[in-house]
Amino acid sequence: MRTLVIEPEYEAWRAAARQLLAQGVSPEEVLWTDDRQEASLFVGEAPPDTTAVPGDSAIKVSAAFMDLARSVAAHTDARRWGMLYRVLWRLTRGAERHLLAMATDRDVRQLQDWSKAVGRDIHKMHAFVRFRLVGTDAATGREQFVAWFEPEHRIVRLATPFFEKRFAGMDWSILTPYECAHWDGTRLHFTAGVSRSSAPDEDALDDLWRTYYRNIFNPARVKISAMQSEMPKKYWKNLPEASLIAGLIAESTGRVQGMLETEERAAKPAPNNAYLKSLHAMNQREAAAPNQESDPA
Amino acid sequence: MMDITRKLEILADAAKYDASCASSGAARKDSRGSAGVGSTGGMGICHSYTPDGRCVSLMKVLMTNACLYDCHYCINRRSSNVTRARFTPDEVVQLTLDFYKRNYIEGLFLSSGIIRSADHTMELVIEVARKLREVHQFRGYIHLKTIPEASQELIALAGRYADRISINVELPSQQSLNTLAPEKNLARTEEAMGHIRGKIDERHAEKRKPDAPKPPPFATGQSTQMLVGADASTDAVILGCADKLYTSHRLRRVYYSAFSPIPEPSSILPLKAPPLIREHRLYQADWLLRFYDFKVEEIASAADPNLDLALDPKLSWALRNRATFPVDVNKAPRELLLRIPGLGVRNVERILGARRYTRLRLADLVRLRLQMKKLLPFITAADHHPAKLGLDSDSLRARFLPPPEQLEINFDAPPKPATSDFLSVRSGEL
Repeated sequence: MRTLVIEPEYEAWRAAARQLLAQGVSPEEVLWTDDRQEASLFVGEAPPDTTAVPGDSAIKVSAAFMDLARSVAAHTDARRWGMLYRVLWRLTRGAERHLLAMATDRDVRQLQDWSKAVGRDIHKMHAFVRFRLVGTDAATGREQFVAWFEPEHRIVRLATPFFEKRFAGMDWSILTPYECAHWDGTRLHFTAGVSRSSAPDEDALDDLWRTYYRNIFNPARVKISAMQSEMPKKYWKNLPEASLIAGLIAESTGRVQGMLETEERAAKPAPNNAYLKSLHAMNQREAAAPNQESDPA
Repeated sequence: MMDITRKLEILADAAKYDASCASSGAARKDSRGSAGVGSTGGMGICHSYTPDGRCVSLMKVLMTNACLYDCHYCINRRSSNVTRARFTPDEVVQLTLDFYKRNYIEGLFLSSGIIRSADHTMELVIEVARKLREVHQFRGYIHLKTIPEASQELIALAGRYADRISINVELPSQQSLNTLAPEKNLARTEEAMGHIRGKIDERHAEKRKPDAPKPPPFATGQSTQMLVGADASTDAVILGCADKLYTSHRLRRVYYSAFSPIPEPSSILPLKAPPLIREHRLYQADWLLRFYDFKVEEIASAADPNLDLALDPKLSWALRNRATFPVDVNKAPRELLLRIPGLGVRNVERILGARRYTRLRLADLVRLRLQMKKLLPFITAADHHPAKLGLDSDSLRARFLPPPEQLEINFDAPPKPATSDFLSVRSGEL
């Protein structure tokens, strides 16, 4: 039995897995872990020698598996490295080349579940990051924004290329508890995680945004469970608009009651407007001859 | 002079009855190498959700809520006493950019009450899009509402700046429009949709020729909305209209919007409870038309023109067509698998993939997390053959009905479909 400590990222796993595979080490012989503390409890072997990898070129797996592995690697479940290696082993040494087509396979299903959770986390980061304006760079004139986000998985590097494409024209930092991303117009780079207090709490536009949120809500069709399934409460503390939710729900019944009690209004006659007159004339012609092609001219 | 907060209150409130918020399906573009912001082309993103369960993706506002038209379902009709407001193009541009840079939104959905004339109104709307694209290099999503009576040149210009353009059908028959929206005309709307489709197709066709000059940019899709429950149209009529729009004008989406109470009700259209379940069933039926190869007549026929509110339309179809079942998940072709209640498009693909290598057993289906209770009477698997008696039995329908108390339509406590229903509406899985 050998114990491998994987610095929690995909490249480290890939290098180790390639080595083990080349040496014919079966999945049962390896214990993978994220955690150095835990690893020290086992009698570790020396890390694999990376200088000579016999038969390296013979290892071929599909791009689909590499994509899956990259995504699964960002998950926080400690079992992911072992599971990835087991599936890699089955795909190659186990001669189950079709394995990824088997969504009914336990191992594949598990990897897909993890990948899906990571994908959802990335998607929610794209949705729920809220940038706050902190200043303007005196030299470049570029606006500078900072956001705070708490992802569930280690997704900062997977999620940030999206922000680079979308917000190329402004400087921004996204701070998270385990890793931060920064863009200055030319380079995306990463630094260690920080605490919540490093990020601003508010933006001058938050009030206007809440005004929008309050007014786009339709009190006549309250569906709270639909809202919460897509925007779970765990995100609310970092969303400026979420403070309105309870009040909007509480008022909705009264607001609808008010609409129902409003006296109905009679139709007003058409104002004196040339366009409206021409429209009405056109409609009358069409009503008289409904089968003819309409002529808007 | 009204301040920007007050204008936003009025003009967002006025825009909320448009259900469309899609921000997907745009051509791929982004802000790299520019001084601006914005990207499109991936999956649309919902940046927030309001307690009505709807997503907030685009900033949806009207240019003005003043309107010459008198559509009785609409809070902005000329007979309404609602407070009127009007944005300047620069105000909308600034709001869009400010909101976008804070990652509140995917872009702008701009519509307007009709003032002075169709062309004048379109010009105002287009001016906002033009400034965003040309002055601010904005590459985010823009959805512009267009007016069928506007000139073709202006619609072409709108399409040049927008990722999506739309014209609302509102009601599926001219008869209903005559009563409730006397300025609107279905034939002119369809004619305008036909022109838009022509422009979208033109752009796609020319893109395929390698040496042809680059066609002018144009929106990649159009959509529309139909109100449900404001007139007496049956589901068969509504779905028939939607199907026609999908096939003849290749719309990306038809949105169904339950007519819900509005402030300033009209004497011509009394308020009532929004038919939310009916709206939900129409979305499910719409998905069956687009992704499951169902025909309108199979879902809602002339003889039975309304959807069953208690059961989803696929299950309902299966119960009416029991001779088709059970279907063998190990052998049946894709089109038959798609007919099995409880089996969505993605899981059909998974089954097709897996069965090339294995004979599927119930345990395999359980691992796909299928809704086994729904599925079992309708399938055979390597280790499962449903009792023929079960499929024939009258109790089968009763088995799928929700508990009776949920069927009461009570305005104070509208019936709530299960969370899984909402999820299925979004994902397209039935």
